[in-house]
Amino acid sequence: MSAEKELRVRPIHNGTVIDRILAGQAMNVLKILGVKGAYSDVVTMAMNVPSKALGQKDIVKIENRELEEKELDKISLISPGATINIIRDFEVADKYQVELPEIVESMVKCINPNCISNTKEPVTSKFEVKKDPVQLRCIYCENIIMENIAEHLL
Amino acid sequence: MRFERRHIISMKDFTREEIDYILDRAAKLEPLARGGRSDLLAGKILALLFYEPSTRTRMSFETAMYRLGGNVLNLGSKEATSIVKGETLADMIRVVSTYSDAIVQRHPSEGSALMAAEFSLVPIINGGDGAGHHPTQTLLDLYTIRKESHLDNLDIAIVGDLKYGRTVHSLTYALSLYGANITLVSPPQLKVPDQIKADLKARGARVRETENLEEILDSIDVLYMTRIQKERFPDPTEYKKVAGAYKITTEYLRNVRDSMIIMHPLPRLYEIDSSVDTSSHARYFEQSFYGVPIRMALLTIVMGVEV
Repeated sequence: MSAEKELRVRPIHNGTVIDRILAGQAMNVLKILGVKGAYSDVVTMAMNVPSKALGQKDIVKIENRELEEKELDKISLISPGATINIIRDFEVADKYQVELPEIVESMVKCINPNCISNTKEPVTSKFEVKKDPVQLRCIYCENIIMENIAEHLL
Repeated sequence: MRFERRHIISMKDFTREEIDYILDRAAKLEPLARGGRSDLLAGKILALLFYEPSTRTRMSFETAMYRLGGNVLNLGSKEATSIVKGETLADMIRVVSTYSDAIVQRHPSEGSALMAAEFSLVPIINGGDGAGHHPTQTLLDLYTIRKESHLDNLDIAIVGDLKYGRTVHSLTYALSLYGANITLVSPPQLKVPDQIKADLKARGARVRETENLEEILDSIDVLYMTRIQKERFPDPTEYKKVAGAYKITTEYLRNVRDSMIIMHPLPRLYEIDSSVDTSSHARYFEQSFYGVPIRMALLTIVMGVEV
């Protein structure tokens, strides 16, 4: 097989393909999935892949793993157009787009150091989510996070 | 109108009808605030949890309770309480809400009043949460404007620290419900944050900004002054320049409307010269007094007492 015909990304047996990730966010998706240096399964990441609809996109494939709701919610915050393909025995068993939740709890740290959610008090952070573009409004102090949401994920 | 056992956290929780209802009740109670006696709140206990200094808010709540025959539990100084042992606000609220019929709270963290409401068995009245909300101040401001000027077709200038001043954000929001024309006057470094401006405009508020107070002085009904805090300026000479720019003296008042009133949430520093105190325009001490009937109204409302 010539180098040109080598598949850039191999199909996976069982696991999840996260497609149409906003270009530049794949590393943050890996962070959400807890993929660090010593991860045991096969993980493939592609960045800046040409895409008709998006111009460029990132893709993450992770073997032997289906994502939890909290992970999907976090991905939706940093890449609301991402699609999830569940692969079972090389077949696409399910395919859907991530959905922005209306409220996110215990998922994002408020940017206001003086917010009650950033103290020793027994409260978790809670944000209202607005779409297009994604904005998070702290229900406690009303500060809004608009940029670099990935940096504030818990 | 259902208010009983409701928390008072932010002006954003109120409709115009609800605000009018509170102002009407305050008007009914004003004679009692001026020295009458009543047992409307006899047997009721108000707890005051002030984690930050307060003079007017704390004392006017105490006065309101005493004038209506109720009692007050005061947290006192932090040093004399379990706060120094590291007790959380949440635990404090859970405990104190079993001792009282309502709690007034001032705390340095934004969102603390909303959190307290989640743990309390009795209504929480927010007496200031950091740079967040101070709804009872706004209600007494509205009461003052209605009583000493007019809320409909109002032209008001709000002057000073519009960036950090918590009273300003609540007040501009509430005034937008009455369709007021609001002029925001501040130095560039203390302008209302864009986020709040966008929010106000989305709610249909008529807001404009200027740095020049003199150019608008003759076309307003209410001049609302606020204190410019020295600590916001790293450079003391810069502070002096800014603070001096918005100092009201009797000289300034030559061309203003006869009916124009001057308000200030107090304490003031240099922004209103003491020579203005005796002018027919000064209303800041009356404004301070109106905190009593407004807080009487709120206390009777959240404690479910008919007036």
